[in-house]
Amino acid sequence: MREKIRSFIEKNLTVFEDETEFSDSDNIFELGIVNSLFAMKLLNFVESEFNITVSNDEIEIANFSSVDKMMQLIEKKRLGAANVTSR
Amino acid sequence: MKENGIKCIVWDLDDTIWNGVLLESQQLRLKPQITDIIKELDGRGILHSIASKNNYELAMQKLEQFAIADYFLFPEINWNAKSISIAKIQKNLNIGMDSIMFVDDQQFEIEEVKSSHPGVTCINATEYRNFLTRDQLKPRFITEDSKRRRLLYLAERTRQLEEENYQGPKEEFMAGLNMKFMIAPASEEDLKRAEELTVRTNQLNSTGLTYDYDELDRFRKSDDHLLLICELTDRFGSYGKIGLALIEISMKSWNIKLLLMSCRVISRGVGTVLLTYIMQQAQKAGKKLFADFRKTDRNRMMYLAYKFSNFKETQTKENDIRLANDLSYIPEFPPYIDIVTHNRL
Repeated sequence: MREKIRSFIEKNLTVFEDETEFSDSDNIFELGIVNSLFAMKLLNFVESEFNITVSNDEIEIANFSSVDKMMQLIEKKRLGAANVTSR
Repeated sequence: MKENGIKCIVWDLDDTIWNGVLLESQQLRLKPQITDIIKELDGRGILHSIASKNNYELAMQKLEQFAIADYFLFPEINWNAKSISIAKIQKNLNIGMDSIMFVDDQQFEIEEVKSSHPGVTCINATEYRNFLTRDQLKPRFITEDSKRRRLLYLAERTRQLEEENYQGPKEEFMAGLNMKFMIAPASEEDLKRAEELTVRTNQLNSTGLTYDYDELDRFRKSDDHLLLICELTDRFGSYGKIGLALIEISMKSWNIKLLLMSCRVISRGVGTVLLTYIMQQAQKAGKKLFADFRKTDRNRMMYLAYKFSNFKETQTKENDIRLANDLSYIPEFPPYIDIVTHNRL
């Protein structure tokens, strides 16, 4: 899952350098390596790839700013879904 | 809006554009007045294309001889079913099926297209003489942007080809485009296009509310409103007027009543340039910044743009959302775009 997110970000970087280093906790928006179009693509990617629906109040830059944050959001959503089905 | 305004006419060739059959005859003659009719519609911003079962090279040669080849975008001249040709044209132009008109002299072809694409308006070739007076072919306004619509598509086609063939990183390609993003208060000449933008733009549109010419003109002249319009150009030419913002100004705050950006430029990463500019200006003027948002089934992208620009929801009443921004974080403009503004704010 982590790898999928990383590789999606890498594919959509808007930088000149061939190699850009970013860690799982780096804020990708503050690094200036992605643009507004990317934000839109990212939301679509997260929803379709991990089969979740992000609600309006979860559409916050804080939930998408790094690989770690996205992992947290996806896991939280999946846990929520599991709880509902196990009831 | 008027039902089914036509954006593109797809023409057959034999016995439709000209009298006779290309592969059987050397004596083809254009139908009377057809060139004038095509030119006039082109000037109204209505595009033309071709779906013809013919030899591509011969047909294009003939169109060149008749000096009308340039008017047709994405011609489909081959032996495919016409429903397939029309689907390709529709995809290339990125318009709705219900905004296409198909003209052919053969009832068989018309039935074939109708059965696959019920939304397409199908017309028998004999009726071309009344095209100039058909309601579906009379746009409410003819704007600078509609007059040059075909050229905008051609420029876009050249861009796409270059982009596909470009070997380096995407960002480098974007930088090489020399994009200029111009932001200015709307002038009177911009109002028709501004109205058209409120009607035609759905995805990157903060409220989906449409405003007509007179309303926009009042906002433009009023002291407590600011109506901004944007144009994007690059080395291939202009993308046209592609963005609009309506801001309500009070003593202490600015409220963005409407923000929209044409889908034409989404792929250029300029979706939030206008919003960033408004944030900068509000900060300079020492005003608080608010925005109205109305949820539609298509504008989630705009919601995302606001939220990622650090707007917070402060009030929600069903689909109407009020957003506020404390301006503590203002994103930067993309480095590959030159921002040109009139600092008359």
